[in-house]
Amino acid sequence: MMSRPISEDDLQAYVDEVLESARRAEVVEYLSSHPEEARRIERYRDQRAALRAALAPIAEEPLPAELNLARMIKARGRRPRMEWTRWAAAAAVLLSIGAATGWSVRGATQRVSRGIPALASEGMDSYQVYASDRVRPVEMGESDRAGLIQWASARLGRPVSVPDLSASGYRFMGGRLVATSHGPAMLFMYDDPQGSRLVLFTREMDADRNTSMSRHSRDGLEGFAWSSQGIGYSLVGPPSSQLHPLADEVRRQMGRSL
Amino acid sequence: MSDMLVLIEPQIPALRRYARGLTRDRAAADDLVQDCLERAISRWHQRRQDSSTRAWLFSILHNLAMGELRRTQDARQLAIEDAEESSLARPGEQPARLEHRDLLRGLEQLSEAHRSVLLLVGVEDLSYAETAHVLEVPIGTVMSRLSRAREKLAQLMEGGAVQEDPVQGDAVRGPVRESHLRRIK
Repeated sequence: MMSRPISEDDLQAYVDEVLESARRAEVVEYLSSHPEEARRIERYRDQRAALRAALAPIAEEPLPAELNLARMIKARGRRPRMEWTRWAAAAAVLLSIGAATGWSVRGATQRVSRGIPALASEGMDSYQVYASDRVRPVEMGESDRAGLIQWASARLGRPVSVPDLSASGYRFMGGRLVATSHGPAMLFMYDDPQGSRLVLFTREMDADRNTSMSRHSRDGLEGFAWSSQGIGYSLVGPPSSQLHPLADEVRRQMGRSL
Repeated sequence: MSDMLVLIEPQIPALRRYARGLTRDRAAADDLVQDCLERAISRWHQRRQDSSTRAWLFSILHNLAMGELRRTQDARQLAIEDAEESSLARPGEQPARLEHRDLLRGLEQLSEAHRSVLLLVGVEDLSYAETAHVLEVPIGTVMSRLSRAREKLAQLMEGGAVQEDPVQGDAVRGPVRESHLRRIK
């Protein structure tokens, strides 16, 4: 039986010792009858060994303090709170500017900070910041729905599912992670053919862990918030008679997925 | 969290070695590794489950290193002419054996494309497929680069004149760019 011709790829793979044994034997045989090629390949083998030896000491050095991975991971865990503070400071500035146009800074700073009222408020904040964004409203689009669900589940530490509102005319756009003072939250965004957007905001609840649905409104926005088995949801959008039935539909679908 | 620590930490020495082989500068190399680790921590949940953690980390590091090298390209050209002592050697350390030092200086004279393929395949033991993934080129390009890089380094070691063609002179530049864009998301 004729063996396959020896290629340059075979010779390189021989240098790297990654040929399977039958092929390796063929290469060895070929080289034994081609001394010039054999010399060239032998040089490569020496070169490879020398390069490994020359660089090996670097991998044996003790790791410098700034490459302490455990510390880096820990430092990172602290970061979301820092970012939240910075965001809150920026928001306070915006709110004080907004005061001239009717927003109340006092009202904002006295805003409730726990349970369903906090959740509803965060949902509205997120709507104002992200639903108005025409460039990048979501971090991950619906084209990678599976990736988004996997990411959301990993960040929230529980299986997350995305409700389907297409029967009501709302298309799923994608989602993003949102920092809150109660930990990470996930935002899912939908729009209808007219470009009107809805936001579903969800996170774990510290208080009000099982509540019925309540209606909230603020700054020309309407929202419905509820919680079930420790998970809070808030559906926010422009005021519309459709919003309450949509919230019921989301609750029905999320209840089913539990 | 702990799987992240267990899977990433053992790779740090090799990442440092690769960064040092690419940049020739100890502090710059460790900065790159630090950036790489930060990025790996923040993107841990985005990595593809089917690719090895090792190849994934090298891929992040390589991209950072290429960005950095591009920024400092001009400075680097000067540095090659000025460099008396290989910056791969640790300052104050017993000098590497003579032939090692010559070899490392030869390595420095290769293009980034040739240097990276020699390091990833020959030193870091990445498979050809993993190397193709890290370098974002087809596997055929990895093989042809590897062959040419070995020949050039061999010629340099023999003091022969070497024509260093530009990095972009590769015969095959595949459409693999796209896969990178997808991964970054």
